[in-house]
Amino acid sequence: MKTLLCPLNGIRNIDEFIYGGEYHVEPDRKQVDRKAWAEHVFFDTNSAGVVTEWWCHTPSSFWFLADRDTVTDEVINTYPFSIDPVER
Amino acid sequence: MPFGLLKYGLARTYPGKNLFGESRSLKQSYDVVIIGAGGHGAACAYYLAKEYGITNVAVLDKGYLGGGNTARNTAVLRSNYLTEEGVAFYKASLELYKSLSNELGLNIMFEQRGQLTLAHSDAAVRNLRWRAEVNQHLGVRSELMFNDEIAQMVPHLRMDTAARYPILAGLWHADGGTARHDAVVWGYAKEAAARGVEFHQLTEATGIDIDHGKVTGVRTTRGDISCGKVIQAVAGSSSVVGNMAGIKLPIHTFPLQAMVTQPYKPLLEPHISSPHHHVYIHQTSRGEFVIGGGSDPYPLYNTRATLPMRETLSAAVLELFPFLREARVMRQWAGITDMTPDYSPIMGESPVQNYYLDAGWGTWGFKATPISGMTMAELVATDRVPELIAPFSLDRFYRFEQVNEAGATAASH
Repeated sequence: MKTLLCPLNGIRNIDEFIYGGEYHVEPDRKQVDRKAWAEHVFFDTNSAGVVTEWWCHTPSSFWFLADRDTVTDEVINTYPFSIDPVER
Repeated sequence: MPFGLLKYGLARTYPGKNLFGESRSLKQSYDVVIIGAGGHGAACAYYLAKEYGITNVAVLDKGYLGGGNTARNTAVLRSNYLTEEGVAFYKASLELYKSLSNELGLNIMFEQRGQLTLAHSDAAVRNLRWRAEVNQHLGVRSELMFNDEIAQMVPHLRMDTAARYPILAGLWHADGGTARHDAVVWGYAKEAAARGVEFHQLTEATGIDIDHGKVTGVRTTRGDISCGKVIQAVAGSSSVVGNMAGIKLPIHTFPLQAMVTQPYKPLLEPHISSPHHHVYIHQTSRGEFVIGGGSDPYPLYNTRATLPMRETLSAAVLELFPFLREARVMRQWAGITDMTPDYSPIMGESPVQNYYLDAGWGTWGFKATPISGMTMAELVATDRVPELIAPFSLDRFYRFEQVNEAGATAASH
């Protein structure tokens, strides 16, 4: 059975997690135009390769980030949101 | 043994006819390049040649003809969708399927044995009633069916009210059916090739040349081509190929898994689908049960089959057909589905001039093969967007006018 390393709870069965979409920085709601907002809401890079994504450990409702390869299904790294993925 | 077969077997050189054209090098320039030699690409090439006389066309594929998701779908044909746009579109496709064997001169084994969608909750019954109304309004044979009739039509279906999720009603769609998916792409490719279209297999597109917002060529692993127009018809890789042209798409790519059992004698006539259990099943004319519809829980560009999905599909199908507990699973596989936020395709013009999208085919691509080929050909040849596909333009996401197709398979409703 496949597992995932939760930054809060350690290694858990993959069934305990849900996928929450690609990580993006939300545009400033006060300034954003319709086009940029549509892209934020609907569009993703959806690339074949390493992508930063939201995951949630459902029993503890803990949301965190994971770097995962969408071709090999390998999880490279998981870390709490407190670490900014852009800065890291 | 027929004498012809003996002669065929003993021939020194391959006596068969190459239906898809001899392999040759790429020309430097084409009027139209189609990326993706699956059902949609081949159909588009066929209609371009037949209806509009455009034959200076190359169809490229990184693999082989019909070797992608054309070969991986579960070959279900139906038009009982929920939105008017969707129903009209898939109905037109099913109409083309009816005469396709004759038109292409190849038996696509089209069978209309009907399709039954099950409701296990009051909310689902309301949804089916809604679908039946929309369908009938648009001339699709679709009606609500209650349990006594269902039990008669599908005697092996578990109608037990003590079931965890008892069946309450069904949506009977007499137009539903199947066809042999390989034959569909072969037929289209054969007829397109006979009219001069070139099919280039093992030719991967690696880049798109754009000059002042207009497409000018395609780079491939076998050399660069200049061209007037490009159509991308690469279900499962839409975002990746779109990205080469700098086009961002509202697509999330998930594997969809299916499996097939050992053959049984014929005992299940219609196709049975249970959106509640996330499973559908039909018996092929060879007797195998095709069990499908397991969408992976997160995106992936990989066609591996998983044990958890086999367990999920098995548990779901046993709720409907308990006798299958003895059945052996012979094969399990995955296709790659480009899911859109509204479960409708993305067809038509793109932000790049003369670059056309035939994308976002999620779990509804095979049944749309003839009509997508025909409408994309019309668009490319005439530069007018056919009415049937106007609602599916990429632009709808910028206008916040999605076509919410809750009648799609694996839709999360």
